Amino acid sequence: MSLNYSDNEMMAISAGRFIKDGDIVFAGTGVSMLAATAAKRIYAPKAVVFFETGGIDPSLDEIPMAVSDLRVMSGTCLNSGLIEAFSIVGHRKLHTIAFLGAAQIDKYGNLNTTSIGNYFRPKTRFSGSGGACDVASFASGVITFMQHEKRRFVEKLDYLTSVGWYKGGDSRRKLGLVRGGALAVVTNLGVMGFDEKTKEMYLDQYYPGVSIKTIQENTGFDIDVSRAKEAIPPTEEELMILRNEVDPQRLICKA
Amino acid sequence: MAKNAEISDKLMTLEAAVKKFIKNGSQISLGGFTIVRNPMALTYEIIRQGIKDLHIVCHSHGQALDVLIGAGCVKRLEIAYGGSGRYAPTCIRFKKAIQQGQIEFEDYSNYQMSLRFLAGALNIPFIPTKSGLGSDLLNYEGFSKEVRKERKVASKKFDMIQNPFTEEKDDVVLLPALNPDVTILHVQYVGEDGTIRIKGLTFADIEQAKSADYVIVTCEEIVPRSFIRLDPDQNSLPPFFVDAIVKVPYGAHPTGCYGFYDYDPKHLNMYRVIAEDDEKFKKYLDEWVYDIKTHEDYLNKVGAEMLMKLKANPILGYAVGLDRR
Repeated sequence: MSLNYSDNEMMAISAGRFIKDGDIVFAGTGVSMLAATAAKRIYAPKAVVFFETGGIDPSLDEIPMAVSDLRVMSGTCLNSGLIEAFSIVGHRKLHTIAFLGAAQIDKYGNLNTTSIGNYFRPKTRFSGSGGACDVASFASGVITFMQHEKRRFVEKLDYLTSVGWYKGGDSRRKLGLVRGGALAVVTNLGVMGFDEKTKEMYLDQYYPGVSIKTIQENTGFDIDVSRAKEAIPPTEEELMILRNEVDPQRLICKA
Repeated sequence: MAKNAEISDKLMTLEAAVKKFIKNGSQISLGGFTIVRNPMALTYEIIRQGIKDLHIVCHSHGQALDVLIGAGCVKRLEIAYGGSGRYAPTCIRFKKAIQQGQIEFEDYSNYQMSLRFLAGALNIPFIPTKSGLGSDLLNYEGFSKEVRKERKVASKKFDMIQNPFTEEKDDVVLLPALNPDVTILHVQYVGEDGTIRIKGLTFADIEQAKSADYVIVTCEEIVPRSFIRLDPDQNSLPPFFVDAIVKVPYGAHPTGCYGFYDYDPKHLNMYRVIAEDDEKFKKYLDEWVYDIKTHEDYLNKVGAEMLMKLKANPILGYAVGLDRR
């Protein structure tokens, strides 16, 4: 007996499982909103979802389509602004987990959301940092959502928008960033972690039906697979909550 | 007429406000965020008046920025994010303009831009942060040396110093303050005394307003002095920061305005497709900007049916159950 679920659903559940009660969860758009909301409804009811725009703990009866969506201002404990929001991301007393997405990622979890090709005359221009560089600098940990493709998992980023483990080892700390770093990468094929010492990416979980080889083939650098295990698929209950409570209009679940 | 006597010198039309405060080459900061409270009516008026060479400074911006770029009003841009949420993860005309080398641009982050406005508001020349250490935001200067000499452009993108309060190695980033010529905002309420009340999230609107030489505000409603002063804890800006006030209901459409109306998913989806094609985009500008004579014409074009659909539940702040695909 197997359940049908989409990539986005598997990704949201995989990421949501990282969240613990008491965590302050910084959500972006898309799957990251799904994951943040799912985490709160399923695994960590005492986690707080908040947005860089300043909305803290919104009721999220409908899924927001942007971090400035009116739905992130509704039913909150407090509506503030950007500067207040970033004072939370980096607050020394809080454990903040940020969900980000990117066009490119390298083996140290550094992210590119700016451009592909020459910076000044790019082949493809993306939105830019937004708050990503800030949360990557300040949050206790970053979970990144990626489509698992060779051109996205690259040896060298075209532009380093948001710092993960920088050049590995203790190089992030040496930059002057006192905490944080890349916690995990959740893709449509599996979940990657980062080695405690070298800070290099390794394969932690592959989704049911996905082979380790497929993941290696879709990664643009050598990835350690010695610790890989099969991911636990979403349960019926997880999917039910995701579909009926988190995204009842199926705006993101469907993909 | 004694009505609105306190703000009679500030109340004006969109046309008059833009004529009085916005010039070719002005540095403009845009209020709102991606698809919420963009000052769209003002944006359209800027385009109609044919204003050129604008230097836009903003954090995360979507619709207003994209239309201004597409209409050829923007020469220079300092920005953290050009996108309209799920409706255009990267704004189309913004993307095209950078890929085709049509505008000068400089990348910062949201927090960095917000801090720069705060520094401007506080009248300090720069402001420290730890954000961006190790990133290419601090490796690439977008503006050329020539551009750096122009007015309202910082002499360099940033600087780095050693924390002067410790012996240990501790790098700190310094960001130049921003003092735009004009900040343009769309808000929910202006009191008859000129007090501004923003409902929902304020983003960096308050810092942006305080940092600017002039501030133009469009609003959904002008409300009695007695109302705005009954609960002053909710107010956002005192009257003396604002230079022009225009009452423009639905003045943020197709972006949303908390408590009044939602963003217009149909329009934003249509825009994303149209903006990809230069010819279609030109037609869009004719249809939605140049051929529009009055704001009432604009609302008629959106149509009563859509305006009803977008109308926010006044308690929840958004349009419940709106089809947002």
